[in-house]
Amino acid sequence: MSTIDTVPRSPEATPFDEELIPRYTLLERGNHWFGALTYIYCLMTGLAFWTPYLYWLAAVVGGGPAARFWHPWFGLFFAASYFLMSLHWVKDMAIDGDDRVWAEKIDSYIKNDDDKLPPVGRFNWGQKLFFWGMVFSTILLVLSGIVLWYTEAVPWSFHILRYAVILIHASVAMITIGLFLIHVYMSTILELGSFGTMIHGTCTRAWAWTFHRKWYYQVTGRTSRPE
Amino acid sequence: MSQASTELIRISGHAGTVPGAGINREFQVCKLVDTTTCIGCKACEVACLEWNGYPFTETTFDNTYQTMPETAWNYWNLIKFNEHEREDGSMMLLMRKDQCMHCEDPGCLAACPADAAIVQYANGIVDFQEANCIGCGYCMTGCPFNIPKFSPKARKVFKCTLCNDRVSQGLEPACIKACPTGCLHFGTKSEMKELAQTRADQLREVSGFADAGVYDPPGVSGTHVIYVLHDAKNPELYGGLPKDPHIPYSVRLWKGPLKWLGNFAMIGGIVGLAWHYMRFGPKKEESIPADDRKPL
Repeated sequence: MSTIDTVPRSPEATPFDEELIPRYTLLERGNHWFGALTYIYCLMTGLAFWTPYLYWLAAVVGGGPAARFWHPWFGLFFAASYFLMSLHWVKDMAIDGDDRVWAEKIDSYIKNDDDKLPPVGRFNWGQKLFFWGMVFSTILLVLSGIVLWYTEAVPWSFHILRYAVILIHASVAMITIGLFLIHVYMSTILELGSFGTMIHGTCTRAWAWTFHRKWYYQVTGRTSRPE
Repeated sequence: MSQASTELIRISGHAGTVPGAGINREFQVCKLVDTTTCIGCKACEVACLEWNGYPFTETTFDNTYQTMPETAWNYWNLIKFNEHEREDGSMMLLMRKDQCMHCEDPGCLAACPADAAIVQYANGIVDFQEANCIGCGYCMTGCPFNIPKFSPKARKVFKCTLCNDRVSQGLEPACIKACPTGCLHFGTKSEMKELAQTRADQLREVSGFADAGVYDPPGVSGTHVIYVLHDAKNPELYGGLPKDPHIPYSVRLWKGPLKWLGNFAMIGGIVGLAWHYMRFGPKKEESIPADDRKPL
C-alpha cells in the first residue's frame, strides 16, 4: 500500500518497548462519555415524547415536565460536547482515497473478512461516516430544537415553521438513533477491545495492528511496511 | 350519559311496547355564536375571566376595539373586531367571539405526547388536564385555530374548557349566561345546527346577505362551537377564521407514517445487529507478524 510508505513519523511516536499505545487523551475520553450521557438522556426523553408506549421513560428521569424542561438543555450540552469532539478529531476524520477503497469493500468488513481491506488510519471509513453523520444531525437537531423549545414565540403567521421543525427534529433524531445503535454495537461487542480503549485511553499493539494498521505504523514510527 | 346505560331495551312478560323506546337522547353539546347579532360588548370576555378566576392583566392596544391581539393563556375568550369594506363602499364592523372550537377531530389531542393531558368527552368538549401537561407546546402546533397558549410561569398550556365544570352540573357556559343580546346560544349539537341554519336562511332571504351561512368546518369533522356568518364564503374576514381547517398534514405525517417507519427502523436495526453478531461474531485482534513488531 503506497500510502503507508509516505506516512510521516508522528512526533509522539510510542517507544517500541511498550505494549500499550495511547489512543485517546483523558480529555477526549471524558468528553466522549459526557457526550454519551447527554445523548442517552435526550434519547430517553425524546423517545418518551415520540410514542406513548415509551412515555414511561420520562418517569425514569423525573417525570414528563422535568423531561420537557431538561431535554433542550441536555441537547445543548450534547452539542457542546460534540463541538469539542470535532476540535479533537476533525483532522483524523477527513475522508481520503484509502477510505474510498475501504468503503467499496465494506462488504468484507461486514463479513469479518478484514484481511481483504486496505489498512486503516486512526479511524476507519465507518467511524468517519458516523462522525460526520452526527455533525450534520446535531446541527439540524439544535436548529429545529430551538424552535420547538420556544414554540409559543413563533408568530402565527409563521406557523409553517412549526410544522417543518416537528418533522425535521423527529426524522433527524431517528437517523442519529440508527448511528448510535451501530456505534454502540460495534464498540462494545463487535470489535473487541474498543470499549476499553475509550475507558483506559490505550490500546494494545495487536489491536492497533489489526484494526488501524496505518495508524499503528504511524504512531510506532514505522515508515514502511515490509512486503 | 349515566342514563344511557340504564335505558330499557326489553322487558320480560310485558304487554305492549317498552316505555321510552324510540326516544333519541342527545349528549353532544354545542355553542352557537351568531356574529350577526353580536354588539361587541365583551360581557362574555368578562364572564369568562370571572368564572375561571383569572385577573385582568396588561395587554397590547392596537388601535381597535379588540382587547388584545389574540387569546392568551389566561384570556380564553376574545372578541375579534374587524373593519370590512363592502362592495358598495359601506363599512361593516365584523365581531367574532374567538375561543376554542372544541373540534370533533382535535389537532391538539393528536399532537399531544403526554398521557391524558388532553381528553375529549362524549359530549364533545375537548379539555386540557393541566396536571398531566408537560408544556411541550405540540398542541399549539396541532391546533388549526391558534388557540392553546403557553404560560411561561406555569410551563403548561391553557385554553377554553367550554366551562366543562358548569356544563357537567347542568349549567350553560359562563359566556352564554352573560350575553345580553342573545347572540350566544347553548344546547345540543343538532338543536344549535338547526337554529343556526334558520338564522342563516333568514339572513339570506330577509336581510340581503346572499352568502350568509353556518361555520361548522368538516375538515375537523365539525366543531362544538359553530358560527353564523354574514359571509360564510370568506371566514378569514372575521379575524382569521380558517376557511378549511384540518389537522396539519405534517402532524398527520409525523404521528402516522413517520412514526411507524421510525419504529420499524429502530426495532429492525436492533434485530439486524443481533443477527449480524450471531452470524459473523466479534472481530478479534490478531497477533502481529514478527516483522511488524521490530523498529526499522
